[in-house]
Amino acid sequence: MTTTTATVTAPAAPHLGVGDRLRLWWDTLPRPAQWGIGVPGLVLLALLPVLRLPVLTTVGTDFGTVMAQFAMYALLAIGLNVVVGSAGLLDLGYVGFYAIGAYTVGLLTSPDSPWNQTDTWLPKQWGWLLAVPIAILITAVSGLILGSPTLRLRGDYLAIVTLGFGEIVRLLADNLDNITGGGRGLSQIAYPQVATSAARPTGIFSAGNATPPWNAGLWWYWVSLALIVVALLFVGNLERSRVGRAWVAIREDEDAAEIMGVPTFKFKLWAFVIGASIGGLSGALYAGQVQFVAPTTFNVINSMLFLCAVIVGGQGNKLGVIVGAFIIVYLPNFFLGRTSLLGIPINGNDIANYKYLFFGLALMTLMIFRPQGLFPARQKLLALGRGMYQAARRATLALADGTADPAPERAEGGAR
Amino acid sequence: MSVGPSEPRAGAEHGDQHLGTEGEYLTQDSVEEEFLPDGGVVPQVAVDVAEVDPALADPETVAHLVAPDRRIATEVGGALLQMDAVTMRFGGLVALDAVSFEIKRGEILGLIGPNGAGKTTCFNTMTGVYRPTSGQVVFDGRPIGAIKRNQITRLGIARTFQNIRLFSDMTALENVVVGTDARHRTSVPGALVRSRRHRAEERDALERGMALLEFVGIGRRATQQARNLPYGDQRRLEIARALATEPKLLCLDEPAAGFNPTEKAELMDLIRKIRDDGYTVLLIEHDMRLVMGVTDRIVVLEFGRKIADGLPAEVASDPAVVAAYLGVPDDATA
Repeated sequence: MTTTTATVTAPAAPHLGVGDRLRLWWDTLPRPAQWGIGVPGLVLLALLPVLRLPVLTTVGTDFGTVMAQFAMYALLAIGLNVVVGSAGLLDLGYVGFYAIGAYTVGLLTSPDSPWNQTDTWLPKQWGWLLAVPIAILITAVSGLILGSPTLRLRGDYLAIVTLGFGEIVRLLADNLDNITGGGRGLSQIAYPQVATSAARPTGIFSAGNATPPWNAGLWWYWVSLALIVVALLFVGNLERSRVGRAWVAIREDEDAAEIMGVPTFKFKLWAFVIGASIGGLSGALYAGQVQFVAPTTFNVINSMLFLCAVIVGGQGNKLGVIVGAFIIVYLPNFFLGRTSLLGIPINGNDIANYKYLFFGLALMTLMIFRPQGLFPARQKLLALGRGMYQAARRATLALADGTADPAPERAEGGAR
Repeated sequence: MSVGPSEPRAGAEHGDQHLGTEGEYLTQDSVEEEFLPDGGVVPQVAVDVAEVDPALADPETVAHLVAPDRRIATEVGGALLQMDAVTMRFGGLVALDAVSFEIKRGEILGLIGPNGAGKTTCFNTMTGVYRPTSGQVVFDGRPIGAIKRNQITRLGIARTFQNIRLFSDMTALENVVVGTDARHRTSVPGALVRSRRHRAEERDALERGMALLEFVGIGRRATQQARNLPYGDQRRLEIARALATEPKLLCLDEPAAGFNPTEKAELMDLIRKIRDDGYTVLLIEHDMRLVMGVTDRIVVLEFGRKIADGLPAEVASDPAVVAAYLGVPDDATA
């Protein structure tokens, strides 16, 4: 009888794929070892545009600029992942927050804007830096304004309303000619004018600094990368707290969560506000890098692209969605300007132009064979549960390797 | 006796039990694996509680952590919850018709009645899911008419669900910790900077969460995903999650549904143990042996009306109850 029970309590040794093994191995490492691998890994990632490895480097566009765009999309994906991946609120208008962040910086610092502040109290060199916190604040407030009436809706209804929000923001930008410049957009947006030299009279962040590898793209990539690390730390802290658990509980069963004492509306609103402010930050970075904003950048199709990054990467996995963002930014740029791949002649520009077709097909394939995304990781939801998780992972690894007793029975103690 | 999952499951030979037998468990597990090729790979193994927190190896510590320290206005034996002529209408249907009864602090009250008698509606008016059409529910001296559902939980009413509603992606421990969060106050700012209060609450959550899992007998399953737990353990986990909110009143909605006799006996022990720890329990249940065996008092509903209220023995011999529900008295113990 006891042997039967053992098979009941412990399922057969799990089949671990390479990814699962890698994750288990990583999770069982002590923290200093994780830092020892993580920090050099991050440095390597940061140095990619400097090293310009022939296999990775894009030919049609500047690799540094592509990486900068990737980093901004990664930031967006992290923010959207809080809303969609953690709290399970389908937001189809996320591009609206990106637009609000970018336009806030534009309106405050562009000479085309009637609300330009760089002539009065914002100094020219530091205009961008001072506009960024304002942009984050304004997007957070817009998240609050959008969220407080709409978060009483659920599922499809919420998706439709947010879709409308994204379009409203773009249409406002397109039609308020007197303020936003309409279709012409806002140009000459401020950027941090630092490290000016004879070779780079406008500073390293200026669009005029275009000689690779130390061009503006690289510097913006580094700034964005640093902000990604900060955002990951913050979002991670939230995930492993009452807030993150409330989000996941809401995603799983909103009514049950409410009955278990979770103030669901409050935490849904927080998810919206945090997602919005990260999106606004990314928009502000974009405005500074390109020094120009126009409504076409904020089409609703971009919302879908951001969502695509989250879904491909694996909803809920904040590192996975960064890979998702890399895929959607890098792949089209990889093909751009390429005439042959592995000796096979291809028309890279055509492939890049049909990116939505390919992303659509890829998404469908993914939904059929791997609906949880490429890197489905369970979130860790306990700040102090490290010992617990590690004990479980060691046991799983041992079980998979056949080195352990399948179910380490403990002497019956418990409550009595 | 223990309610631990390692207990051999006797009674599997009872042909009338379709759920919770050994065969069922095995198929359930294999089905999960088929549909979730890697969803549940990570921690599907038992965790040694003592390895994680050595203090929890001591039953005394567990009992101490589980027993909450609440302020209850009502005296022991006083009316903790009063249903005061509660009527609930859905369109033309009268689900509850001027139902009045009270739950005394420290007792186990059984709420029984045939299918459709209004038991679950009664439950839902108590927990704020429905607002009564007329009448009011008074809990620990406060009418709960206009209070939000999540605040009712913080006032001290916790419940389980007839059809299990766990957070299936979370581990067993995380499910319970969501319950403990009902008593915590950390919000976004505190969690962002990992404030002192946040860390203290996290420690409390982990400690109480593990203790509660041990208390209901599924401590070894702490890191398994709720959806991968066997049926009986899911029911226990629901109870642990409800207890984690530190309720004054624990409402169990058919907790023994699908249990075999051994599991029912274990559940009866658990319910008594919960009462002895100072909780008041409301139990909706169909199984008459369980209700008769464990409750201190029984309220019987039929077609939305209360038809009896008294000690188990009185209710069992009440002609109205027998006619409505129990049938021939001999069957009551079948």
